[in-house]
Amino acid sequence: MAARVSERLQVLTGHQAVAEAMRQIEPDVVAAYPITPQSEIMHYFAEFVANGKVRTELITVESEHSAMSACIGAAVAGARTMTATASQGLALMIEMVYIASAMRCPIVMAIANRALSGPINIHCDHSDAMLGRDAGVAQLFAEDAQEAYDFMVMAPRIAEHEDVLLPVWVNLDGFTLTHTADVVELLEDELVREFVGEYRPKYPLLDVDHPTTQGPFALPEYYFELKRQQVDAINSVPRVLQEVQAEFARLSGREYQGFFEPYYLDDAEYAMVVMGSTAGTAKEAVDRLRERGERVGLLKLWLFRPFPREEVATALEGKEAVAVLDRAFSLGSYGPLFLEVSSALYESERRPRLYNYTYGLGGRDTTASQLEAVFRQIRDEHLSKEMHYINLRE
Amino acid sequence: MANIKTLARREEKQLRFGWGHALCAGCGIPIVVRTVLNSIEGPVVVANATGCLEVATTLFPYTAWNVPWVHTAFENAAATISGVETAYRVLKKRGKIAKEIRFVAFGGDGGTYDIGLQALSGALERGHRFLYVCYDNEAYMNTGIQRSSATPLGAFATTEPPGKTSFGKHRHRKDLTQIVIGHHIPYVAQASISHWQDLSRKVERAIAKDGPSFINVMSTCFRGWRFEAKLTTEIARLAVESRFWPLYEVDEGEWRLNYLPEEPLDVRDWLKLQGRFAHLFRPEEKKEVIAQIQAEVDRQWEELLARCKVVPTV
Repeated sequence: MAARVSERLQVLTGHQAVAEAMRQIEPDVVAAYPITPQSEIMHYFAEFVANGKVRTELITVESEHSAMSACIGAAVAGARTMTATASQGLALMIEMVYIASAMRCPIVMAIANRALSGPINIHCDHSDAMLGRDAGVAQLFAEDAQEAYDFMVMAPRIAEHEDVLLPVWVNLDGFTLTHTADVVELLEDELVREFVGEYRPKYPLLDVDHPTTQGPFALPEYYFELKRQQVDAINSVPRVLQEVQAEFARLSGREYQGFFEPYYLDDAEYAMVVMGSTAGTAKEAVDRLRERGERVGLLKLWLFRPFPREEVATALEGKEAVAVLDRAFSLGSYGPLFLEVSSALYESERRPRLYNYTYGLGGRDTTASQLEAVFRQIRDEHLSKEMHYINLRE
Repeated sequence: MANIKTLARREEKQLRFGWGHALCAGCGIPIVVRTVLNSIEGPVVVANATGCLEVATTLFPYTAWNVPWVHTAFENAAATISGVETAYRVLKKRGKIAKEIRFVAFGGDGGTYDIGLQALSGALERGHRFLYVCYDNEAYMNTGIQRSSATPLGAFATTEPPGKTSFGKHRHRKDLTQIVIGHHIPYVAQASISHWQDLSRKVERAIAKDGPSFINVMSTCFRGWRFEAKLTTEIARLAVESRFWPLYEVDEGEWRLNYLPEEPLDVRDWLKLQGRFAHLFRPEEKKEVIAQIQAEVDRQWEELLARCKVVPTV
């Protein structure tokens, strides 16, 4: 088994890793619109289509709004459906993302995370992902191309589970992951196909013998109950994710246990919470400080939605202090990730001191030395509870 | 061509639409929908833009539709149906669906001329096999008679009302049918609820095309146009007789006029029956505005005649 997968070691960009996963899954329909830094995912995939490597129908729509609308149409029709986007594209399609969730469409979406305008900027941050925070989509964040690939392979199984039936976003940092090459271990095509299986929708629109009305008008008598069903759906994600992770581990030998990767976290006195590629930088900072005997650790969050409150609280309680790193603003409040972590720890009697750092907006570099400095700062019991900024000119 | 008996028989047999819908008595839209759906043989799947038709036919947990029906939002019926139609082609190729299915999207003028124009244009250019039917009642009726780009010059609208310094809408309507013709799709037509046989024949032609087709149907709204509900089809007929709304088609690039009014009415005869134009006649007649409307009707008519290879004789 190990030999079989190791032959699949390749040097791939994040774009290629995602496109390879899409090729292996071979969805029925993909609808997408170009946007930096997502475009090359679709270039690679369009070549797979053009060369008959997949039988997918690619709808080259005239906007992201139509991309998501076409995806919903395809998904309700009964097709396995995917798309990829970023930034302004995600902002344009967000109206339809809410509707995709409400119509219980298991659409898998790769998000090449990029800052939102304005000013216009093509580089990475997580502002675009935060547009989906309240939309009713499951959100995974990848640290590297391997995780992006693995999550893409797992995503249809999560999205299409009958208790879930929601869009799943696989977030990967624009440029940092999409445009850089890394060693990625691909699974064999057949294994992926068996793993994702056939898509069998329960109520496809195209079942003309059993006509359904999909996307009706609901007034105060029913709207609330219909929305409530989405709560159960998204709350099913953690259980389903763990089942899928276990099965994936048997298939690939790669263990994803739970909702985050703890890195020297157990005995850490000081911890950091981060999502995406910056986790790699944070690991470097932890390594350096550990070499000097400092008990620091990292919680690298994979699952942002639904937010794994209890597990995060259990992992962080008892620490002296925790720095939560946000790569997006929620202007007028703390960062979105900080709000989640602090809310998760509220009930804990052993809650650590919590600090919010914003970093990396619009692609601003964040170095291991800067993160070492964060670990040093949070030792200070008198450190301000106001927002802190990493590598920002004031 | 389906005659009235065929349409009635299909209506009885399959009743595709109409189980307790809440559209106004006297609304033109159900005439459009029933004529369209009964003119199509075999399975059909419908997509609907947000608007009167959608809200009045799908109040959860009820539905007036007995064919598969999907609505996602306002501006995207064409994009939504393009996803459905693409899924159909893939699943058919993969042997998961055996039946021949046809696809129809319905949208009002707001959802088609304005907010949905981009999605429509994209879907037409991509060549999906579907029929888009615009029920054009010349304003945003569902939200309260706001002006759209289909509202004619001089008409009252809640967002462009007549007043001391205004005669109502200041611009001529957009010619969407011509915009669609510019996409060079297999079939484009203009029709009216007053000429149901013509509409039915156009649907048959459109649905037989292996590609996109579009029919723009004049569908009067007695609430927004301010006339008695019993005049629904009559007002639509006068729009045709006055040449305000010519019936024509462009079939594989060939322009055909489908109806030549024997003695064309003055546009005034159409305007004066509608409360939305009452301010053009009282307290005194706004002759200049009416003349502008007539001039635009005449100009467009001449332009159309010049393009039509086929013109019926009176």
